[in-house]
Amino acid sequence: MSPTISCNSVYKIFGPNANRLLSESNGSVDAKKFQEAGCIVGVNNASFDVNKGEMLVVMGLSGSGKSTLLRCISRLTDATAGKILIDGDDICLMNNKQLVELRREKMGMVFQNFALLPHKTVIENIAFPLQVKGISTDNSMYKALEMVELVGLKGRENYFPRELSGGQQQRVGIARSLAVEPDIWFLDEPFSALDPLIRKEMQDEFLRLQGVLNKTIMFVTHDFDEALRLADRIAIMKDGIIEQLDTPGNIVLNPATDYVKKFTEDVPREKVLRIESIMDAQDPNASDTLEVSKDDIIETVAEKILNSKEIIKVTDPKDKSIVGSINPSKVIKVLFGG
Amino acid sequence: MDRNYLEIVKNSKPAQFGLLIFIFLILYFLIPQSENNYLWRLPSLLKGIPLAINNVIFNALYEWFPLKVWDPVFEMYEEKAAFREFTKAVSQGLLFLITVVRELLLGGDKIIDVFVNDAWLKENDWLSWPALPWTATTVGAFLLGYQLNGIRLGLLGGIGALYISIFGNYVPSIQTLSFVLITTPICFVLGLSFGIWGYLDKKVETALQPVLNVMQTMPQFAYLVPIIALFGLGDHAGSIATIIIATPPMIRNTILGLKRISPEVVEAGLMSGCTKPQLLFQVLIPAARRDILNGVNTVIMQCLAMVVIASFVGAKGLGLNLKIALNSLKIGKAAEAGLCIVIIAVILDRFTKAWADKQKNYFENLSFIQRYKFLIIFAFSIVIFSIVAFISNGYFDKINYLYVIPIEKGLTIAHFIDAGVDWVWETFFYSLNSFNKFLLTQVLGPMKQAYLGMPVIATFTLAMGAAFIVGNIRTALIVGGMLLFIALSEYWDRALITMYMGSFAVIMASLNGIILGSIFGRTERGGRILLSFCDFFETFPSFVYLIPVIFLFNITDTSVLIAAIVYATVPATRYTVWGLKSVPLSLHEAGTMSGVSAFQRWTNIEIPIAFPTVMLGVNQTVVFSLQMVILGALIGTEDLGQIIFGALSRTKDGAGVALTLGIFVSLIAICVDVIVRNWAEDRKKALGLA
Repeated sequence: MSPTISCNSVYKIFGPNANRLLSESNGSVDAKKFQEAGCIVGVNNASFDVNKGEMLVVMGLSGSGKSTLLRCISRLTDATAGKILIDGDDICLMNNKQLVELRREKMGMVFQNFALLPHKTVIENIAFPLQVKGISTDNSMYKALEMVELVGLKGRENYFPRELSGGQQQRVGIARSLAVEPDIWFLDEPFSALDPLIRKEMQDEFLRLQGVLNKTIMFVTHDFDEALRLADRIAIMKDGIIEQLDTPGNIVLNPATDYVKKFTEDVPREKVLRIESIMDAQDPNASDTLEVSKDDIIETVAEKILNSKEIIKVTDPKDKSIVGSINPSKVIKVLFGG
Repeated sequence: MDRNYLEIVKNSKPAQFGLLIFIFLILYFLIPQSENNYLWRLPSLLKGIPLAINNVIFNALYEWFPLKVWDPVFEMYEEKAAFREFTKAVSQGLLFLITVVRELLLGGDKIIDVFVNDAWLKENDWLSWPALPWTATTVGAFLLGYQLNGIRLGLLGGIGALYISIFGNYVPSIQTLSFVLITTPICFVLGLSFGIWGYLDKKVETALQPVLNVMQTMPQFAYLVPIIALFGLGDHAGSIATIIIATPPMIRNTILGLKRISPEVVEAGLMSGCTKPQLLFQVLIPAARRDILNGVNTVIMQCLAMVVIASFVGAKGLGLNLKIALNSLKIGKAAEAGLCIVIIAVILDRFTKAWADKQKNYFENLSFIQRYKFLIIFAFSIVIFSIVAFISNGYFDKINYLYVIPIEKGLTIAHFIDAGVDWVWETFFYSLNSFNKFLLTQVLGPMKQAYLGMPVIATFTLAMGAAFIVGNIRTALIVGGMLLFIALSEYWDRALITMYMGSFAVIMASLNGIILGSIFGRTERGGRILLSFCDFFETFPSFVYLIPVIFLFNITDTSVLIAAIVYATVPATRYTVWGLKSVPLSLHEAGTMSGVSAFQRWTNIEIPIAFPTVMLGVNQTVVFSLQMVILGALIGTEDLGQIIFGALSRTKDGAGVALTLGIFVSLIAICVDVIVRNWAEDRKKALGLA
């Protein structure tokens, strides 16, 4: 099955002569040299795939090009070079009409500062993508009401955005982006403008929604903890370059560059790693009374394993077969180091 | 030692300015005043420009692109210039629209005349649209205000309309209003279209900016003669003049509003799958609604500020009455007409502002009657008052007071005002006169002579030097180029007089504004009260300021300057208050903890931080002052304005002269703007605010 989103050597360079400079550079772009020539490198040779139902989190600090990359893929800006395939079609080649069609059918996007239309109420904002598509007022309102319920805003349909708290506004933003039932869901730092407590709540809500909807997601954030919490895979960006793209566990265990290491250093391993990453081969001496799943996060089962003081069986949650064993000493090593 | 001085001059702007003034003074006193000396006055190489402009206009009007037009009366083809036909069509269209609105409100048979046979109309007296009775208008004004923002606005509208009606100014007021009602939508559509175009296309915006700059700094008078040449005299000409004046702020407001929309909102629209028209009409324009409606408010205010000036090209209404009263020195009558303009301005201003702020409620579950109750009451009152007025036709002979109270029969306080003015004049004659004399002989006279005694090379050194110090060589060249254009004409001396009056007014107004703003703007409450005063004074059409001063100081430079200073103090005050407000609280706290006195706080914290904003206010002051100084020509000053005004009666090259001199005034304003803006930007950068 072909990936839902596929990027192949995508470049985005801002400034005059970007095209000429890029073709002269033969694919190896040096950000400093470009800056001297008056150009800013937004995205530098990004290649990756996102599979159906997968959540890719793009993580980077401000100015790393993560939002630019997202905007290239939604074609809110035009990539300077490279191929971006959505379900096999190159969106860089689409004309305006095809693009409008694609966004109406397949894409939804959530923005950092909510980007609600100030002159429309909650329900009108949510129904907006349906109405521009030409769906009748009755049908779009009915659908929008469904969305209101999905994001838990029932009773506030007729509020204006300014009358809502930040968290509630972002719920509206989420509902609007989901109204057309898109396959692909773009989220551009959706929780960054919220308080820490609300952010946690919204992340939980987001995971719940994704559990129900199972969309293909590109999620941009500058918060490494958020990335670890949500991602199937994480892409870490710096100066437009993707430094590392891997699962949260692999990134924490094997950071590819010093830059990535800076983020992973202080991450408590037990909160990220799964049993799978520290388990040994099957052991005949393993205890019969207890077992853990290979997908369990270490922290959640650590107490159980340490209390037993024995070697414990590790199972695959899919077919309940035994795939390995875990020694409490390994868990202690993860928890306390050394 | 030498190097040390060089270093100082290189690094310190005050030292550079000192040096510049030193050089200026040397040039000033060394250059001999002789007509043959090009350092004293440049030759008038560009003398021919006004005539050339004129030729272009007349060529376009009478010769360019002739069309064969069938004349049904003479049954033959006639050659007519395309452009002339176009301007004729525009004039007639506008005139027709204005007449329709006027007839609807004031009654008459001109519109019916269009549709029926002439003779038949003459035979049937009853065939005439009835006037809207003033009673119904008053009720309408009350209801509209009430619906927009409650009882207080309703009372403002109702009492205003009542005053206008019973003081006999109903007819001219409605004439003025009809003028506003036609002109505003045209300005709105034009301004919105150009604004959107400018927003969508960066190149268009870049091209629009200088055009808008010139249009907004050009004295309104300058447009009048060309308009008469192109469109003839009449209400439509006044309307066209107003459209030219009032559209630029609408364009600017539209661009500003659209630019203020967060880029994310635009992206959200795109990602919702909007097509380009959907994005424009469903996302961009509604999201910029407030700024756009503020633009409409500005347009209406400009329309009212233009009524007097429009009367010079034949617009009827309050402006004409005011002009006639002023010409015959009837202060009371002029004040009454002026008051009506102010009342209409205040009412329309508050109404449009309330409309801009009013939010739609989509989910009120109202019945038809509840929703349209005001409209229904209004319709009823029209019917009832009309019937009452119609029935009482037999009761009154000749004048039916229930329709319209004519100006001779209305209440008036003109006599009281006249008596009051006479009393003031008699009581304070000596003090006013001696003040006037002192100012003229001791301050203004010498200042004027000093300006006129300035060699052209000294003026250029000063202006270009200042531009170079605050900007760069490019700024200096821009300023120099613009001044050169004026210096090469035959009007340099007049321009110097304009500069003298302008700079006097600007300095005084800025001082006033900065002092007022600093005294009252320090507290939240004081600032708010001061800003609401500014709002109030800004609704006064510029012409109104001239009425009181003429009667206190006669027709002299003093009157014009005082009017200009009062008028221009408003923006200086406003920006000072805004500037002081922009000082962050943390800086105030830091100052307090360092133990600053009130005066130290002002000089060391508030003024430096507020400076860039205050300078923008000074910029506005320049435009306001120049407008009033040129307007002063109407009552007789001898600067550029006087010739622009005089051009009204010059047929041969009037249009060219008026346009050229208008552009000169505009260039002076833009020169100051370039220097001041660069200075403000420079300071902003130094403070890290940019």
